[in-house]
Amino acid sequence: MALERLGSSLYEAIKKIFRASIVDEAAVKELVRDIQRALLQADVNVQLVLNISKKIEDRALKEKIPPGISRREHVIKVVYEELTRFLGEKPAPIKIEPGKRNIIMLVGIQGSGKTTAAAKLARYFQKRGLKTAIVCADTYRPGAYAQLQQLADRINVPLYGNPKEKNPVKIALEGLKLFKDKDIIIVDTAGRHKEEKELIKEMKMLEKNIKPDEIMLVIDGTIGQQAMVQAKAFNEATPIGSILVTKLDGSARGGGALSAVAATGAPIKFIGTGEKIGDIEPFVPSRFVGRLLGMGDLETLLEKVREAEVKVPEKKAKAILSGKFTLTDMYEQFEAMKGMGPFRKLLKMIPGMSYNIPEDMLSMAEDRLEKWRVMIQSMTPEEKENPKIFNASRIRRVARGSGTSEKEVKELLKQYSMMRRMIKMLRKKKKLPFFGKGMPFEFK
Amino acid sequence: MFEKLKSGLKGLVNKVTTTELKAENLRPILSEFKLSLVENDVAFPVAERICDEIEKRLDGVQVKRLEDRKKIVEENLREVLLEVMQTNNNIDLLKAVEEKRKKGEPFVIVFVGINGTGKTTTIAKVARFLNNKGYSVVLACSDTYRAGSIEQLEEHAKRLGIRMIKHKYGADPAAVAYDAISHAKAHGINVVLIDTAGRIQTNRNLMNELAKIKRIVNPDLTILTVDSLTGNDAVMQAEEFHKNVSIDATILTKVDADVKGGSAISVTYVTKKPILFIGTGQAYEDLEEFNPEKFVNVILK
Repeated sequence: MALERLGSSLYEAIKKIFRASIVDEAAVKELVRDIQRALLQADVNVQLVLNISKKIEDRALKEKIPPGISRREHVIKVVYEELTRFLGEKPAPIKIEPGKRNIIMLVGIQGSGKTTAAAKLARYFQKRGLKTAIVCADTYRPGAYAQLQQLADRINVPLYGNPKEKNPVKIALEGLKLFKDKDIIIVDTAGRHKEEKELIKEMKMLEKNIKPDEIMLVIDGTIGQQAMVQAKAFNEATPIGSILVTKLDGSARGGGALSAVAATGAPIKFIGTGEKIGDIEPFVPSRFVGRLLGMGDLETLLEKVREAEVKVPEKKAKAILSGKFTLTDMYEQFEAMKGMGPFRKLLKMIPGMSYNIPEDMLSMAEDRLEKWRVMIQSMTPEEKENPKIFNASRIRRVARGSGTSEKEVKELLKQYSMMRRMIKMLRKKKKLPFFGKGMPFEFK
Repeated sequence: MFEKLKSGLKGLVNKVTTTELKAENLRPILSEFKLSLVENDVAFPVAERICDEIEKRLDGVQVKRLEDRKKIVEENLREVLLEVMQTNNNIDLLKAVEEKRKKGEPFVIVFVGINGTGKTTTIAKVARFLNNKGYSVVLACSDTYRAGSIEQLEEHAKRLGIRMIKHKYGADPAAVAYDAISHAKAHGINVVLIDTAGRIQTNRNLMNELAKIKRIVNPDLTILTVDSLTGNDAVMQAEEFHKNVSIDATILTKVDADVKGGSAISVTYVTKKPILFIGTGQAYEDLEEFNPEKFVNVILK
């Protein structure tokens, strides 16, 4: 995932400190420079980067080190703390008052992904048993209503809109009246930027009339230094309550969105991680710092498994992490994973795996998943449980049975043992020396 | 537009003039300048290259007593920027369209880019531009994926009074494009503008799909639309799209949103392809031609 790019370069920077023989002023300065670079490349606001890196440097060099902690550990603790502070200290889950109608109004620049986000949010709440509806108050962009209608149909959420009406306030009020008895109403609005004064005024009018419980700013994960000023302008026009970051499935590192946090004081509550309606996650800063530092994110993985609505999912998710890992397990996991989105994303959530799997291997795994399944289907139960017994003749049989080649079967077996090795390594990783007791990123 | 970039460049010129032109003296000033480029949304690696190049050029330059130091710095800066903005092909869109027209063939343009950069709006603007120059245009809705994409392009076609070729959602985008070209050939239409679905550049399957569209369509131009609000990712987008479908030109959108212009530098630096137009508003007429020399002159003035 995108924000991890930032993570992986920070991870590299921190690894350097761990490997350094002495942690002296020069080493700290180098670390700070590396962090600066990583944040700048991630589109974090330049001034913010300078502030954060100065704080880290000051604290790392001047703060008195508590007894029992090495300088090395102290430096890492400072980095961790300053980054958490910068990302927001606590998760800010969306507040939904039960028994009351909650109105969420989405605002943002053109093309940042408001409409897709509206559908994703509706699906998210609907899945949690809330009566949800969408109002299309984008009277500006051609096709906006049609887009929402198709998305709402797909997830069975009622939609109100009127492509012939030009007044968004009128539509929104009619929608609110129609959806009196819903728990959540998501109001999608037209895209606008800070220089479009008329449209900003329109947004203010909308806010005044529908009185939303929360205004959510949708921010494009690829946005650069403009994030700060644009977010500020939105916040000045209508108070922004939370932020949703989109397009984090590409190579963008999302730093612009983090600048928006600084500009508005509003927390990031959701992130969009793909094109499908289910590709939305609540944002948890502490977890995210774990990811940032290469610790993976076990909690999110398990949550995702729970949501995938497969039969014994939790057990299976744990199987991947357990030492016993046979071809049957591998097959069952592939089956279960089909409902959970790309393999790559899942693997990245497993602690310690985030940055250790070469990218090629990941894409290979995704591409060949289907072939693998067929090949495993062609094996005998004994072979699946104990892959060691494979010999040339068994390989030939499986290749013929699955319509693949012997080379491909051999490759599958090789991949299998590689994965097994990696999972073993990962189990040991939990006990890595520097993630020992007393450290903020202790893995439970 | 581009105001802040201008002041960043000025800062460099003014500061360097008060120091000796030696690498060790230049370095702190250039590192400050680098940050000012980044603040203006020049991607970090590109900003780094620009500063290295300036350092290389200025290091050891002998300033004679009566010579104007300011002028020397400015000249070098101009040269470096012009070099960055230099492209290895120039496109005269109207001339190219005219040549095809004379041959009795339609001129085909494919628009690509990530989600939400403004492909569809840009297509409508380009259609209006060509219409105004006397060329007939047909649109192809090869975005069969995103909800509402067909209705959106259809509405633009209606407002512009031109035809749009569409299939159903989920149809093969290459087939839609092919049909549009056949339609243009049969009806003697001069230009075919093909709208494709937005795709994140790291999605290999979707990039392969785009390559397939290109193979079948064999367009005269492939244009990448880039949101000018994009930061460092502009470089990744330009690189990946160029690698996968080799683009001929770019169009920068949303330039009216008070953008600082750095993305123009990043994208040109990576692709070495010209910026054909910039989008400057929501109306069909809000499309301006982009001249790199003028751009450099404006920010150095």
